[in-house]
Amino acid sequence: MTLHATTDPQLMPDAAARPIIHPVWVRVTHWLNALAMLIMIGSGWQIYDASPLFDFAFPRQIALGNWLGGALLWHFAAMWLLMANGLVYLILGFATGRFRRKLVPIYPREVLGDLFTALRGKLSHADLSVYNAVQKLLYVGIILTGVVIVLSGLSIWKPVQFHYLTSFFGGYDTARYVHFGAMAAIVAFLVVHVALAVLVPKSLRAMIIDR
Amino acid sequence: MARQRKPPPGVDPRLLIKDAAKLLPEPSRRRFLRGAASLGALAALTGCDIIDNNTSENALRVISTFNDRVQALIFNPNTLAPEYPESKITRPFPFNAYYSEDEAPDVDADKWELEIGGLVDNKKPWTLPELYKLAEVSQITRHVCVEGWSAIGSWQGVKLSDFLKMIGADLTAKYVWFQCAEGYSNTIDMPTALHPQTQLTLKFDHQILPRAYGFPMKIRIPTKLGFKNPKYVTAMWVQNNDAGGYWENQGYNWFSGL
Repeated sequence: MTLHATTDPQLMPDAAARPIIHPVWVRVTHWLNALAMLIMIGSGWQIYDASPLFDFAFPRQIALGNWLGGALLWHFAAMWLLMANGLVYLILGFATGRFRRKLVPIYPREVLGDLFTALRGKLSHADLSVYNAVQKLLYVGIILTGVVIVLSGLSIWKPVQFHYLTSFFGGYDTARYVHFGAMAAIVAFLVVHVALAVLVPKSLRAMIIDR
Repeated sequence: MARQRKPPPGVDPRLLIKDAAKLLPEPSRRRFLRGAASLGALAALTGCDIIDNNTSENALRVISTFNDRVQALIFNPNTLAPEYPESKITRPFPFNAYYSEDEAPDVDADKWELEIGGLVDNKKPWTLPELYKLAEVSQITRHVCVEGWSAIGSWQGVKLSDFLKMIGADLTAKYVWFQCAEGYSNTIDMPTALHPQTQLTLKFDHQILPRAYGFPMKIRIPTKLGFKNPKYVTAMWVQNNDAGGYWENQGYNWFSGL
């Protein structure tokens, strides 16, 4: 069987005219990341419960892996997906110029302005290919948090082999708090992110079928 | 609404429970098997719980084996675990095991001998007075538990690499297997056994190792998680086959390097 590039206008209506909102690599890495994050967070909660840092534990019903050993298996499997996918995303984000085009510059004045407009429910979502200033700030923030959670995680996993990294995060015990804090930030982002995607359903559609 | 999930066709629920139970730690396994006849346990194992079921656990174990290889590659025999000043020692250093402190083995020092086996020239067993006479090394390092907590302790004893050379162990063998008084066991890789900080530990904080920390001898490996540091050791075998270990067999990662 041979594969033909699809050029039939009937199969690809207005392909040329329509601006690309999310190229396929963004959509694929987005959903792979979503899967990896859910597994990492769910199993991470179970691992946390084995030796809680704070005066609370995550309910077992929402934690992944049945017991500590199972959760660790999930955590150290999904980490490969998270890291490999994250690396592809970062490389393509820089290489294609998408980060430069879409995520910077960020001006505090614009962030505040867009935030108030959004809170009054008047923020325009006509062109999904352009991010507002609040989106830019949150997306840059979550990418950096992703880097922090991976590096702090590596420093907890290998505090001997990567002891310089562990020291960078303030030592083994402190690195656990950093790792937890990054998780909390990601979960907070996730709540807002999903809520907004539900409020603006076409943004969800764009992340799936790019239209 | 009471809704019962049926097991998928071709799946024997009894075998499914047996397989899943293997993945649980010993005490919960026993509890689990006792309650296994209940429909509730059956429902929990079949139907929708795809992310916690047996097939995915098997796939995860394959990845865990892959992670063993990655960790063996990451392991640098010359990288030392950070050492700390005496002021940083965690006091009291925690007792930790899958049983309570009063259930810990109470080893009779006069009868105890370290049995040596496998690919070793001199298999003569070692008594405690003989071991106490060997050159002592000391370390203050961080014990990192698989659960996440850590504690800094002070350990003294014999450098394992020196001991292995002294008894004529085959250093090209792949594993060293330790057996313990209570039935606990561990297998470690030879590169870790030869790491300069891996120690046949006879003392904690310059005192004879107390019962809580593994009297008469534990293996201190600051490059591995705590459960890979066996206590109450009674035998050491140098061999080429992986004999597994108490927790490793239940699903903890085999290499568990730090």
